[in-house]
Amino acid sequence: MILAVENVSLSFGGVKALQEVSFDVKEHEIRAIIGPNGAGKSSMLNVLNGVYHPQKGRIIFRGLESRGMDPHRAAALGIARTFQNIALFKGMSVLDNVMSGRTLKMRCNFLQQALWLGAARREELAHRRAVEEIIDFLEIQHIRRTPVGRLPYGLQKRVELARALAAEPTLLLLDEPMAGMNLEEKQDMCRFILDVNDHYGTTIVLIEHDMGVVMDISNRVVVLDYGRKIADGTPDQVRGDQKVIDAYLGVAHA
Amino acid sequence: MKADSETLDTFPKLLMHHARVRPGRPAIREKDLGIWQTCTWREFADEVRALAAALAAIGLKRGEHFALVGDNRPRLYATMAAGQCLGAIPVPLYQDAVATEMAFPIQNAAIAIAFAEDQEQVDKLLEIAPQCPSLARIIYDDPRGMRHYAKDRLVAYDDLLAQGRERLKADPSLVEREIAHGAGADTAAMFFTSGTTGVPKGVVHTHASLIGPARTAAELERLSENDVILAYLPPAWIGQNIFSVAQAYVTGYCISCPESAETVMTDMREIGPTYYFAPPRVLENLLTQVSIRMEDASRVKRWLYHYFMGVANRVGGAILDGKRVSLADRLLYGIGDLLVYGPLRNVLGMSRVKVGYTAGEAIGPDLFKFYRSIGINLKQLYGSTETAVFVCIQPDGQVKPDTVGPAVPGVELKFTPQRELVVRSPGLFREYYKNPQATAEVKDAQGWFHTGDAGYFDADGHVKIIDRVKDVGSLADGTLFAPKYLENKLKFFPYIREAVCFGHGRDRVCAFINIDPDAIGNWAEKRNLPYSGYTDLASRPEVYELVRECVERVNADLAGEPQIANSQIHRFLILHKELDADDGELTRTRKVRRGYIAEKYAPLVAALYEGRDAVHVEAQVKYEDGRTGMFAADLRIENAKIFAPAAAERAA
Repeated sequence: MILAVENVSLSFGGVKALQEVSFDVKEHEIRAIIGPNGAGKSSMLNVLNGVYHPQKGRIIFRGLESRGMDPHRAAALGIARTFQNIALFKGMSVLDNVMSGRTLKMRCNFLQQALWLGAARREELAHRRAVEEIIDFLEIQHIRRTPVGRLPYGLQKRVELARALAAEPTLLLLDEPMAGMNLEEKQDMCRFILDVNDHYGTTIVLIEHDMGVVMDISNRVVVLDYGRKIADGTPDQVRGDQKVIDAYLGVAHA
Repeated sequence: MKADSETLDTFPKLLMHHARVRPGRPAIREKDLGIWQTCTWREFADEVRALAAALAAIGLKRGEHFALVGDNRPRLYATMAAGQCLGAIPVPLYQDAVATEMAFPIQNAAIAIAFAEDQEQVDKLLEIAPQCPSLARIIYDDPRGMRHYAKDRLVAYDDLLAQGRERLKADPSLVEREIAHGAGADTAAMFFTSGTTGVPKGVVHTHASLIGPARTAAELERLSENDVILAYLPPAWIGQNIFSVAQAYVTGYCISCPESAETVMTDMREIGPTYYFAPPRVLENLLTQVSIRMEDASRVKRWLYHYFMGVANRVGGAILDGKRVSLADRLLYGIGDLLVYGPLRNVLGMSRVKVGYTAGEAIGPDLFKFYRSIGINLKQLYGSTETAVFVCIQPDGQVKPDTVGPAVPGVELKFTPQRELVVRSPGLFREYYKNPQATAEVKDAQGWFHTGDAGYFDADGHVKIIDRVKDVGSLADGTLFAPKYLENKLKFFPYIREAVCFGHGRDRVCAFINIDPDAIGNWAEKRNLPYSGYTDLASRPEVYELVRECVERVNADLAGEPQIANSQIHRFLILHKELDADDGELTRTRKVRRGYIAEKYAPLVAALYEGRDAVHVEAQVKYEDGRTGMFAADLRIENAKIFAPAAAERAA
């Protein structure tokens, strides 16, 4: 067990985004959170990496209860994420963007780096090597020097994944990694997610709209509806669950 | 050199020779994790030796075939060389072929051991494994994604190498003994032809037939160990094999493997090859990119570019050929070189190119002149898989856009009465593997190889190729009809990607056109012409208008050539889909399969000749999101103006 969410409730004024949600994430698994629009999926993700603080309940990450978590601490603890609406530095190259994912791992201070001292140089080379391995892994060598803003959407998503991986996370949160992609890009992304999980052993929690994709790649699925958990289990169990069919699949295909 | 060619008569012997005489020189480079990694001749030979020992241990025997599937990688070439050390015969396969296309060569040559670059290729081999009982071992290089694969048949390259090194410790001269057994007359490699018609044929080459022409051509172009090439075309194609194995082994030059297919342009700029090969298609894409980028440049730069390209067009070729050019023009060209041509060569990665070749199909005269005018010594050559490439090469200073040059020393050429070019040379293949009938069809008792290409010698004794002999036909009135010649003329326009001409036995010529989506897409954008995709773009009246102008210019051109003035294109249509190798409409080397297309689109051909204005088509199309849908529409057919031979002058 790497992560446990216990009875988490989150509300914004009168809006109850999450109500008494509990689930767990096992080491090395791909865990999906699905649900119709406004079900509370992104809120859940934001709770996990400390953007929102739930009014009730607790989150236990690697055996430690994380109170007063903030995104910076979450990152330091090994939680990395990507965003639904791509949050990259558009004017910077792919390489620089991915390098920025290593920020928390840089040990040299500003002065050392400015003077390009031996330690800073060695550190930079080591980070660059790690980043190049990720670039190779995600097959984005050809756009290494391209400013991110000039890339098509599907590739930007991949760069964002690369940046998240650069932090060498133990837990990777993906917010709709496949949104807005064409079929080929989706298939590529699926392959990369599976490869990351397999190769780096990263535990992955992902939110996704595309049911087909989720069912194919996740080990277990949590289904949210109006801020409540309505089902939890393997893709097959969830697919057969009447509540899920009513709340989500039924509506989606009506 | 003479003594060398007698004792160093096989590739493994040449390899070990380089490891001795130039151990520290670079043999092969690869860009890995963003950094060029160099492997010297000694390191490369050591790796090959260890690998050979391991291959012997897993049962690769003399005379046995083994397959290689992958992109240009040092490890692919090391495996190839290791097998050759043992006297086994490498069979490189096209890495972009679908699985079913790989089954035939593997069955045909009873291949037991295959090298695969990565998971993608391993998957293909595993897919066909049930139909290929001989396939016992797959060696894979990149282990990514294969952690959970059953390991019974698979063996990792790294593990194999380690085993080989162990084995060499016990028996250090194992591989040298095997190498000594080899002779120049042994089979060195087998290349499967792309199979334009019927099943693919395995072309069997000996060490002598590959090394001989490679050496002659290297001497002709004065290649040395200081040369550098970029290996970016499929290793299964004999040309790549000649450039990245045969000539590298003859001269000791260094080959560089790009990081991936998408990075070739960047890698080329970094490496700066001195010896370069590109099929006309690649050269055309490069020029298109340059032109598109120039259109977006600032006004001053655009003016400079156009002005100095005008200068280059006028005198550049003559300067390169060493002809007399006035001092003023030389000065102007010098300024242009500083401001435009030099930077342009640099962007193209061709700053250091001493010799560049193009071949495979006819090259547009404008395209060819463009490269020569900016000071790149681009030349044409002629050859085929069966001739180990080098049959004709244009010598420096005697370069013409429409011929392929005179015969290379040692090659005999003549034309049959049917205008077919026949060749006799030291580079001729031995036979088609297990196919004596096909061998007898192309290679006669006197050793002449029938190329299947039609053409003639021009006034300077250069060979001019017009078409395939079997495709050269005649119109109903008996005049010559050379479809490829017409199609090439059409394809020389940037807006036209492919063309298919019909006319044999008919009263006139009609054509299918495939537009170039990049060039026309760009053209449409400039005119604020919205479109949803290829099919939509291809049906636009504006696009038809544009294509008709191209067709009419070809017609005007043809009117000036009395022999084929009757082949002017009367009617054409723009196909609703791009011709695709995956649909069998093109070969893997992207040549149109005219017969197949005529059959597949028979109603369209009929409509062209029936004089209708439109034809209804229904076809399955694949959208970009992967869904398939039915496409139904009326394709327009248009007429093009025909020029009387006398009127040609005025119109052109």
